[in-house]
Amino acid sequence: MDTDLHEITLSVNGASYTRRVESRMLLSDFLRHELGLAGTHVGCEHGVCGACTVLLDGEPVRSCLMLAVQAKGHAISTIEGLASKDGTYHPLQQAMHDHHGLQCGYCTPGILMTMTAFLDENASPSEDEVREALSGNLCRCTGYQNIVDAVMTAAMRMRG
Amino acid sequence: MKPAPFKYIAATSLEHALALKAEHGDDAKFLAGGQSLIPAMNFRLARPAVLIDINGIGDLAGLRPQEGTVRIGALTRYRALQRDDTFGKLFPLIGEALPHIAHPQIRNRGTVGGNLSHADPASELPAIALALEARFRVRSAKQERLIAAADFFTGALTTDLQPDEMLVEIELPAPKPRSGSCFMEIARRRGDFAIAGVAAMVAMDTQDKCAEIRLTLCGVGETPVDASAAADGLIGQAPSEQAIRDAAASLQGMIEPAGNVHATTEYQRHVAGVLTERALRTAAQRVHDGY
Repeated sequence: MDTDLHEITLSVNGASYTRRVESRMLLSDFLRHELGLAGTHVGCEHGVCGACTVLLDGEPVRSCLMLAVQAKGHAISTIEGLASKDGTYHPLQQAMHDHHGLQCGYCTPGILMTMTAFLDENASPSEDEVREALSGNLCRCTGYQNIVDAVMTAAMRMRG
Repeated sequence: MKPAPFKYIAATSLEHALALKAEHGDDAKFLAGGQSLIPAMNFRLARPAVLIDINGIGDLAGLRPQEGTVRIGALTRYRALQRDDTFGKLFPLIGEALPHIAHPQIRNRGTVGGNLSHADPASELPAIALALEARFRVRSAKQERLIAAADFFTGALTTDLQPDEMLVEIELPAPKPRSGSCFMEIARRRGDFAIAGVAAMVAMDTQDKCAEIRLTLCGVGETPVDASAAADGLIGQAPSEQAIRDAAASLQGMIEPAGNVHATTEYQRHVAGVLTERALRTAAQRVHDGY
């Protein structure tokens, strides 16, 4: 079979990129290998672990369960775009730091993308709601308590 | 690259998608949310030669309430249903099941039509479609037909869909007057496949006797299971505790779960019985209390 190539233009963290990609290239691999944005981590590559979570037009999705060619014309946000341009952390990044919410850090980008979108929709979550929202992101260091604490703290700080 | 090579075509209209499927038949797969198909392709369990992306066909998504029915476009995503409070109140079975369907990231992409066409017997929506006596509108380039949920699911991951057909719309009859319903499931963790799940609907007559009961299950057979007959003894009766327990015991005798590494056949049967009791009791209460 001839290689099935498609030209796509998409926005990633506000910047526009045009690339020719093979149809079978996953969005996760496109971000990492074609754009060099290796902050999006790949764990299971079949939609279970949540490490590769990015925002598609503002909503968290698994980038390993989407083809790059499907992102044509869409806006993607990744961990690289989360902090301010001057390097100031997003309140959730700061809270994760303060609460030691990172252990090995592998699951962290996916958790940050999932939970920042969650906090945008739910400014005053209960701890149960936070745990429910986190259910699609696996941390194999088993450090959920500190992550939950960080999200609760970030929510409080973001409410001001 | 994880998936094997394939030719990708973004369909520009339903007619375009159906013409492509007519041309390629079983060699082609429709790509909707991709939350079951892409994992299967990443494992190379599925190796379609052609992928017909239907995500650009806006007409396929959305809710269309009509007199006596609500029609759900096949491309409607779980998340869109979750955000629609009116829909969740009208169909509490679906409203209650949605949080159990995988995780938020999956619900942002996964579609109702994709779920039903995939026909995983452990999935919630097939059992609920069966409980609600949904009808599936199916189209090919040549014709359109309506399939009753009871005839749609023919085996594990197998449906009555022909190689040139697409499920385009799900028709849900409006809830019956004086009815209540309830969905419950038990899984090891939220979002995991259910050990057993039960959808119950109880409709009562004006004397508060059970007039009709629908009882379906997920996760305990090759297809979603219609066990409504287990509640035959309740018809014409008030839903007493004893009658509900008898229905649950009868249901346990009707199912033969396969068992798996997490739950033996006996445990699945036990869970199905307990959930049936609870779901029937709750559904009967909701006839009066509302959802």
